[in-house]
Amino acid sequence: MIQIDGVSHRIGGAPILHDISTRLPQGKLTALIGPNGAGKSTLLRLVGRLEPLQAGRITVAGHDVATTPTDRLARVMAILGQQTAIASRLRLSELVAFGRWPHHKGRPGSVDRAKVTEALDAFALTPLAGRFLDEVSGGQAQRAHIAMAVAQDTDWLLLDEPLNNLDMAHARALMRRLRAMVDGGRSVGMVVHEINYAAAWADHVIAMKNGRVVAQGPAGSVLTEDLLSDLYDTPIQIGEHRGRPLVLHHC
Amino acid sequence: MDSGFAGAGLDPRPRLSRDAAMLGGMALLLAAVAALWMFQGLGQGNRSFLLGLRGAKLAALVTVAVAGGVSTILFQTVAANRVLTPSIMGFDALYVLLQSGLVVALGGAGFVGLPPAAKFTAEVAAMTALAALLFGTLLLKGARDLPKMILTGVILGVLFRSVSGFLGRVLDPNEFAVVQSVSFASFNRVDVTLLPWAVAATALAVAAAWRMSAILDVLALGRDPAVSLGLRHRAAVLAVLTLVAVLVSVSTALVGPVAFFGLILAGLAHGLMRTSRHALLLPAAGLSGAILLVGGQWLFERLLSQAATLSVVVEFAGGLFFLFLLLKGRIR
Ligand SMILES: Nc1ncnc2c1ncn2[C@@H]1O[C@H](COP(=O)(O)OP(=O)(O)OP(=O)(O)O)[C@@H](O)[C@H]1O
Ligand SMILES: [Mg+2]
Repeated sequence: MIQIDGVSHRIGGAPILHDISTRLPQGKLTALIGPNGAGKSTLLRLVGRLEPLQAGRITVAGHDVATTPTDRLARVMAILGQQTAIASRLRLSELVAFGRWPHHKGRPGSVDRAKVTEALDAFALTPLAGRFLDEVSGGQAQRAHIAMAVAQDTDWLLLDEPLNNLDMAHARALMRRLRAMVDGGRSVGMVVHEINYAAAWADHVIAMKNGRVVAQGPAGSVLTEDLLSDLYDTPIQIGEHRGRPLVLHHC
Repeated sequence: MDSGFAGAGLDPRPRLSRDAAMLGGMALLLAAVAALWMFQGLGQGNRSFLLGLRGAKLAALVTVAVAGGVSTILFQTVAANRVLTPSIMGFDALYVLLQSGLVVALGGAGFVGLPPAAKFTAEVAAMTALAALLFGTLLLKGARDLPKMILTGVILGVLFRSVSGFLGRVLDPNEFAVVQSVSFASFNRVDVTLLPWAVAATALAVAAAWRMSAILDVLALGRDPAVSLGLRHRAAVLAVLTLVAVLVSVSTALVGPVAFFGLILAGLAHGLMRTSRHALLLPAAGLSGAILLVGGQWLFERLLSQAATLSVVVEFAGGLFFLFLLLKGRIR
């Protein structure tokens, strides 16, 4: 479980998060939803210790992110931020291989190589493995970044808008993969904008707005017409498809 | 050490051996150039004296080259871009300022009279502390804005140089001459008394950098990925900046400040190696630097009898390369 207690955050004096307390349940796929600027990325970055915690307490599977050694945390959770620009010139295979660093610290063994091969394969990157990051499309690069986080092989996987740049087929393949990981006992937390992916795949939903959590619970109880209309300040209708809510917002 | 390779259907070996062969070739070339430097035009009389003289200069040139190449690669890795160098950020200007400050505090005679080893050690220590403090703050305090970084560096450099200049002005002419002699690059005038210390310090720093090469690979990904992979980012950045400060101090103490030399070496290393692995990049930068400097000095000193010109040519070429990088937008 990821437990978030009384977390507030300011950037340059401006309050961004207001006294947030919530949790991401163990063994579930949790979707973080909300309008632009709600504070989803900030909260996820705090959980992933990419930003130092200013107030409150966050534990990931019992590890306090403020006090647990960072290399220990790297074997408990993998986090992929919203901005994925990489400074060095790397082949896709090299990028994905970095996901194994927390385990081998520079001396990869056969297990590490196998995990990298598996991750490349899972995201249909094997044919592109030898290409440089700046020689592939945006979606292919995004898949390589996700594959790197998956290769890290942690109990917790945190992804900020992983569906960015992915076409329909790859978006669905990713959700299927995450679903399978969760069914295998892992836990996933992800920021999602395309609400129907949350509706179709998430177990648990946390809705944020203006730096606060406005609703949380099982997907069915959060994804309602009233709540979503309020959340996004826009009228939203919900139908049903194969027993899951289908959000109609394109018209 | 093999962190970069996946072994996923594609065999890493051909690439590795290509880069390794390149390094081997460069080492051979360096050996050839060094032999040329040592033995070409060696007359009959006084051979051992001449060999000693040439040997000392060879050691100095190689030390400066390796320090310049390795420090630039290290700095570019922590700054996450290919345009900045320690010199552009004012590292060597800071060292010159430190020396000018010493001249003022002790007087020209006192400065010259200091035991070189003690002076050198103290300078390197002070430089390391100052640089880690200053550039550590700059790099860690969210300076992800590259134009702002370059500007800050240029301003710092100008500031350090003008303070040195001001100190020079308030001195009497003799002391000013001492300051002047330390503020301009010359591969021709090498301070031989420092040589053993400089070689030792460089060897230690380069060995430390080499041992860190797997960590440097992670650091080069940028802060967020490095942190999520569990690297203690802050500590790693400070460690790297310390090594940079030692290397720049050594090189500046030996031949004075060289602004753009390191930029050429980093460019060459990245161009010659088909990989971002520091285990290969670091030796590539050091070797190409040594080949350039020893070969260049041989050409200018022995063939063209223009010993003083090499630094000008190197700076000119480096400056052009800097402009090229900026114009090409290869700013990351
Ligand atoms: N570096 C920064 N300086 C100032 N304000 C910032 C900074 N980063 C984020 N903010 C502000 O913090 C708030 C929350 O940002 P955050 O990135 O967490 O939003 P988000 O919910 O992830 O939005 P999006 O859906 O657009 O990604 C926003 O109002 C944003 O303007
Ligand atoms: Mg965001």
